[in-house]
Amino acid sequence: MTVDEAEAVAIPVPFWTRERRVGTGLAVAGLLAAVIFGLLATSQDAKFTLAETISGSALPIPGTLGAVVFGLVAAVTGGAMLAPGARRWFPWLLGVGIVAVILSFLCWQVSQAPVGLNVMPIGNVAHTSLELSLPLILGGLSGVLCERSGVINIAIEGQFLVGAFAAAMAATLAASVWAGIIASALAGLLIAALLAFLAIRYLVDQVVVGIVLNVFALGLTGFLYEQLMAKDAARYNQPSRVPTWQVPGLSDIPVLGPLLFKANVFVYGALALVVLIHLGLFRTRWGLRTRAVGEHPTAADTVGIRVLGLRYRNVLVGGLVAGFGGAYFTLLSTTNFNKGMTSGLGFVALAALIFGRWTPIGVLLAALFFGFANALAFFLGTVSSPIPSQFLNMLPYVATIVAVAGLVGRVRAPAADGKPYVKG
Amino acid sequence: MTEGSPDKNPATAATAAAETLAAAERLPRHAAPTPAEPRSFAARFLRALWSANTVTVTVLAVLLAMIVGGILIITSDPDVRAKYSYFFARPDDALAASWNKVSDAYANLFKGSIVDPLAVRGAINGTLSWERVFFPISETLTYAAPLALTGLAFALALRGGLFNIGVQGQAIMGAIGAALAGFLLPLPVGLHLIVALLAGLLFGALWGYIPGILKARTGAHEVITTIMLNYIALFFLAWLIVQDGVQDPGRTDAISKPVDGSARLPHLLGWLGPSLRVHLGIVLAVLAVWATAWLLSRSSFGFELRAVGLNPEASRTAGMAVTTTYALVMAVAGGLAGLGGSTMVLGPALTLTPAVIGSVGFDGILVGLLGRARPWGVLLAALLFGALQAGGNRMQSFSGISLELVEVIQALIVIFVAAPALVAALFRLRPARAGGIETGMAKGW
Repeated sequence: MTVDEAEAVAIPVPFWTRERRVGTGLAVAGLLAAVIFGLLATSQDAKFTLAETISGSALPIPGTLGAVVFGLVAAVTGGAMLAPGARRWFPWLLGVGIVAVILSFLCWQVSQAPVGLNVMPIGNVAHTSLELSLPLILGGLSGVLCERSGVINIAIEGQFLVGAFAAAMAATLAASVWAGIIASALAGLLIAALLAFLAIRYLVDQVVVGIVLNVFALGLTGFLYEQLMAKDAARYNQPSRVPTWQVPGLSDIPVLGPLLFKANVFVYGALALVVLIHLGLFRTRWGLRTRAVGEHPTAADTVGIRVLGLRYRNVLVGGLVAGFGGAYFTLLSTTNFNKGMTSGLGFVALAALIFGRWTPIGVLLAALFFGFANALAFFLGTVSSPIPSQFLNMLPYVATIVAVAGLVGRVRAPAADGKPYVKG
Repeated sequence: MTEGSPDKNPATAATAAAETLAAAERLPRHAAPTPAEPRSFAARFLRALWSANTVTVTVLAVLLAMIVGGILIITSDPDVRAKYSYFFARPDDALAASWNKVSDAYANLFKGSIVDPLAVRGAINGTLSWERVFFPISETLTYAAPLALTGLAFALALRGGLFNIGVQGQAIMGAIGAALAGFLLPLPVGLHLIVALLAGLLFGALWGYIPGILKARTGAHEVITTIMLNYIALFFLAWLIVQDGVQDPGRTDAISKPVDGSARLPHLLGWLGPSLRVHLGIVLAVLAVWATAWLLSRSSFGFELRAVGLNPEASRTAGMAVTTTYALVMAVAGGLAGLGGSTMVLGPALTLTPAVIGSVGFDGILVGLLGRARPWGVLLAALLFGALQAGGNRMQSFSGISLELVEVIQALIVIFVAAPALVAALFRLRPARAGGIETGMAKGW
C-alpha cells in the first residue's frame, strides 16, 4: 500500500485527475519548448536522416520553425488531454506529446551545430539506443522473474558485475566468448543463489540482502581484479567481442533490418527472452503459478503449489538472465573488465522494471526509453551541444526519476513482493 | 532511611519492617533453582554467551567474514596456490604458506587500526616517537567519523520505514556545500567552520528532501529515486569542480580550490605530530549520535517517525501526517549525510575532487545495517568499519592485499549479522532473542 492510497478510496473524483495534471504539464512544457527552443535555435536547417551515417540525403527542417512547430504540437496534445473523453486516448496523446517535445529540443540542438554536423542520423541513434538498452532489458527481465514470484531483486547490479567479471575472465582463459557467456550466467546464478538462500530460507529482509550483495559483488570483483587481472591482463582480461550475425534478406530492410537482423547474441537473446518470458508468464501453467505465488502465496499453497520451490527456481533463473546481461559489459560494450564498470545500470534496470509495471513487454519499452535517453546524450555530444556533458550524462538518471515519479503514476507491485512466505 | 528519624511515622516503619522480614523469609522458597538452570554465575554466563544474542552473533559474524576473507587471500595468491598443486605430497608446505600469508595480512590489519606493538616498545625505549603509537587509532577515528554520520543517515530513515540508499549523493552534496562555503565566504575563524558545516548540512538535507517529497506526493519509491540522485549528484560535482571560481586556478585537472584555514576542522592530536589526522569530526559524530538517539527516543517527532516506520496506516488513522513525516525524515537523514560529507572535505580532504568522499555513503548503509539502525550501535559499527579501513591501508601496502578485501569482509559481516539464524545454525548456538536488523516496516515497493 503506497503513501496515500486513502485518497484513491475517496468517492468524489477530484478535478485534478492524473490525466489532467499530466495534460497541463505537457501543455506548459510544449509552450515553454516553443518559446525557449524557438529562441535558441538558429535559422540553420536541422537535418534528419534514417541512415546510420550523416553523409547522404537528409530531411531538412528549418531550426527555428521546427522548434516552434513541434513545441506547439506538444502544447496542443497536452490541451487535448484536458478535453472530456480524452481519457481513452491518454497513452497515445502522451506518446505524441513527449515525442514532439523531444523533436522541438532536437531542432534547437541540431540546428545550432557547426555547418556540416547539423544532421541527426536516426538509424545510428536507434542502433545505439538498442545496444545501450540491452543490459536494462536483461536485468529488468531478471527482475520480472524474481518479483512476479514475490522476491525483490535489488541485487541486479551485483549480478551484472559478477557476470561481467566472469565473462571477461572465462572468455580470456578459454579463448572463447561462448565460455564467457556461460560463465557469466553461472556467476549471476551464484549471487541469485545467495539471495534466494538468505531471503527465502533465512527470511532476511530482501532489500537488505540485495543492498549487501551488491557491495559484496563490488568488493569481490574489485579484489579479484586487483589480485589477478591488474597484474596479468593478457592472461585474464582480454576477451574478444561477440560476433555479429546477419540474417540474409531480412537485414536489407531499411532501419529495422540492420537494427534487428544484423545483430549479436545479446540482441537476439534479449528479444527472444522478452517473448519467451511474456508467453511463459501469461500463457503457461508455470506463469499462472508464478503470478499466483507473487500475489497470494497462501492461496497458492492451499491449492498445492510449492511456494518456496517455485520462488527458488524463479530467482535462480533470474540470476542466469541477469548474469548473461552482465556479459554485455565485457563482451560487447567494451572488451575488458574494470572495477565498478556497471555504473548503476543494474538500478536503472530496476527502474525499468517498475516503469514497465512488472511485465516483460513493459520492461522492453522502458529499457528502450532509457537506452534512448543515453544514446541522445552521446549524440548531443557529437553536435557540440552547449549543454555541459555532465548534464547530458545525467539525462538517463533524470529521465528515470521523471518516469517513476511523474509518468508512471501509482504502480502496483505484485501483492506479495518482498514478503517472505512462512508456511503455517 | 535512617532509623529513628523524627518525621518518620512509626506505624508505617513497623509495617515496612514486617513486610521486609516476611519477604526475606519467603525468598528461599521462591529462589530455589530449577534443575535445568545452572547455579553459578560463570556457568550461566557461559550459557548466555553461547546463545544467539546480539553480541555473540556479531562477534561470530566478524569471525566468519574474516575466515572467508582468509580463503580469498589464499586462493588469489599465485605463490600460495602453487604450493597447493603438490598438496598431497607435502601438505604442510601449502598449509604453512597459507597460514603465513593470512596471519601476516591480518596482523597488519590489526597494527594499522589499533596499535603496533613494535611502535609501543620503541616509544617506551625512546627510539620511536609517540606519534607512531597513536597513528593507527588516529586513522581509525578519522575514517569512523564520516561513517558514523552517514550510518546515522541510513539508520534514521530506516526507523522511519524508508530505505535511504541515497546517502552517497547526500554526502556528496554536503561536501559541495561545505567546500563552497569553505572557500567562497570570507568569514572569521570559528564562525566560518560553523557556517561551512551548516551549509553542508543544508545541501544534504535538500538532497534528502527531494526523494522524501517525491515519495509523499507521487508514491515514487525512494530506493529508485535516491539511487538516481546519487548519480545526478556525482555528475553535478564533476561539472561544478571545473567551473571558474571553483577550480583551482593553478591546475588543469578536476580539483577545486582548498578550503580556507578558518573553515577547517581542527586536528585533535596535532600537538603530537603532523601525521595524526584525527579531527573534530569524531566529536561531531558522537554528538550527532547522541542527538539522534535523543530525537528517536525522547522527541515527539521521533515518536511519529517510529510509529510511521512501524505502521503507516495505523499512524494515519491516529492522525499523524504520514507524508510530511516521510519528507521530514528524509530531510533530516540527508542533513546527517551532508554533515558526513562535510567532515570529509573540511577534515582530511580540504579540496573537492570527483572522488572526494570515496564510498563513505555506500559504506554508511552497511554501517547503519550493522548498527541495527540504533544510534549507539551505528557508532560502534562505524568504529569497526573505520578500523577495517585504516588497517586495510596498511594491509595493502605491507602485505600486498588490495583494499577491496576490506569491502568484501564488511559486506560479509553485514550479511551474517542480517541472518542471525544462519550464524546460529552454523555454530549450533542456543536459540535466544536474536538481534536482527530493525527494519521496522520498511517495505519493498
